[in-house]
Amino acid sequence: MMRLEQVCRDFQVGDQVVHALDHVDLVIQAGEYISVMGPSGSGKSTLLNLLGLLDRPTSGTYWLSDKDVSALGDSELAEQRQRNIGFIFQSFHLLPRLSALENVELPLVLAGAPPKERRARAREVLDAVGLSARLDHRPDQLSGGERQRVAIGRAIVMRPGVLLADEPTGNLDSKSGDEVIEIIEQLNRDGISLLVVTHDPDIGGRARRHLVMHDGRIVGDERTGLQ
Amino acid sequence: MRANDTSRLAFQSIRRYPLRTSMLLLAIAIGVAAVVLLTAVGEGARRYVTGEFAALGTHLLVVLPGKAETAGGAAGMLIGATARDLTLDDAAAILRSSRVTKIAPVVVGTGNASWRQRQREITVLGTTFEMLDVQHWRMQLGQFLPQIDMDVSSPVCVMGNGVRHEFFDGANPIGEWLRIGDTRCRVIGVLAQAGVTGPFDTDELVILPVASAQALFNAAGVFRILAEAVSRESMPAAQRDIIEIITARHQGEEDITVVTQDAVLSTFDTIFGMITTALGGIAAVSLLVAGILIMNVMLVAVSQRTQEIGLLKALGAKQTEILLLFVTEAVYLSVFGAVLGLTLGNAGTFAMRTLFPAIDFRAPTWAMAAAVFIAVISGLLFGILPANRAARLDPVQALAGR
Repeated sequence: MMRLEQVCRDFQVGDQVVHALDHVDLVIQAGEYISVMGPSGSGKSTLLNLLGLLDRPTSGTYWLSDKDVSALGDSELAEQRQRNIGFIFQSFHLLPRLSALENVELPLVLAGAPPKERRARAREVLDAVGLSARLDHRPDQLSGGERQRVAIGRAIVMRPGVLLADEPTGNLDSKSGDEVIEIIEQLNRDGISLLVVTHDPDIGGRARRHLVMHDGRIVGDERTGLQ
Repeated sequence: MRANDTSRLAFQSIRRYPLRTSMLLLAIAIGVAAVVLLTAVGEGARRYVTGEFAALGTHLLVVLPGKAETAGGAAGMLIGATARDLTLDDAAAILRSSRVTKIAPVVVGTGNASWRQRQREITVLGTTFEMLDVQHWRMQLGQFLPQIDMDVSSPVCVMGNGVRHEFFDGANPIGEWLRIGDTRCRVIGVLAQAGVTGPFDTDELVILPVASAQALFNAAGVFRILAEAVSRESMPAAQRDIIEIITARHQGEEDITVVTQDAVLSTFDTIFGMITTALGGIAAVSLLVAGILIMNVMLVAVSQRTQEIGLLKALGAKQTEILLLFVTEAVYLSVFGAVLGLTLGNAGTFAMRTLFPAIDFRAPTWAMAAAVFIAVISGLLFGILPANRAARLDPVQALAGR
């Protein structure tokens, strides 16, 4: 469902051009569970941003659900993001003034869903991540693990095909981190594609497909487990 | 995004920074209140002055000899084109118009007045008894000119309060004989002090019956004729009547000018209207300053909320939606500020009315509407730049807080 063909992403740093992604070819099927590992600056985050349509390739083509999205304008990109992609960030990125329920509702608000419908949908999703007792709590009244679960709820409330997680457990203790991983793995088992960028070999090892990046290239692509 | 969600989100961010919000509201409110207060002062002064003028009698028409073709330049003063004099008969003829109730011919000149050893140059006004009513003068002592025919002279005079003090100090002048030029007249009254009313400083006048004054100055004509119309509404008709009557008497030549006090009044009206507008304009500059403040604060808000903007973009917000969100916020601030300013300004004018009940301080509706309009428009215009910056943020950079 996602296909990169000879994708490059160059950054200008001073008078030097950095190839954050260097002619990357990648095919991701629906329902895959992929981890992306590699040293800092190897291009992991750039790959994630590009797959999540937050960034555009300098050259090459990106096919998302058989649609060339490498040259779309801002509003079309925004629509594609809204419909197809859920993000989970290391630092949660919840809006502090909104309750858990309102944070989860936010994508539906942006999509223009009617209030009744989005409220019901947000409750459903928070129930799924085990936070039905915390609907009206603001982020500062929640623990780190709970905050990340709210963020997961927000990521899946639009029922996207792909969940992109950038160091989802980076700011959590190991117990909360395990809970979070459990939840997103369960979502993957229910059919969503999952791509996790991580430094942690334990978490990376749980995926069924392991990408290793180095200097903007994919240097390792192994599949394990029940493939 | 739905419109009410946009406004709800914008409203939430306004509430999130109470200090910033209250400062901005104050800035806008001061601007709007300044417009309200200053225009209220201008408008109050205009109404006060026109009101005072109206109290002097607004039904007055002044008939001058000569045709004023353009503004400025005394009518009929060009050599070789001297207009025919207005005469007492002309004045009497004017009274034939049913729309004119009273007339008072006026002859003016200067003469040398003396009483015992005291003498001075003095302005002499020749007129009739009706002048008292026409000019709304009041007597301090004695009586005004006798009710005699215009063409009958009589050796009496009435003097202004200033003249009385110069000649007689505190003593009673009634019955004394004042010498003016070659003639003598008995003082029969003193005008109450009124200062300058219309073209005359009544305090510095000696008033004679019009025929006596004509004899004194050896003049056949009159300087001007004052006529009082039946009502304010009938003034244009009275003006036409007067021109018609005099033109007929002057062999079909329209050689007079009729000035109404309305014209003077409307000149004052215009002047004060312009002052009010100018004051309002000056105050509106402060609204512009408030607008620039909005821009600054919104720019700071954008950089404070960079990550939030990045997140909204990651969740599928379009550039136009982010733009709208921030512009809405700026407009909200300016609308609330404007409402606050209107409240403060009207409270201020109320306080001024209470302190100075003589003057009706009240901002005109157009000024209030314009103040609110300018406040909202400046919020909108100055909000666009920061909103545009927010909308154009790169989502990856924004999420990283850069």
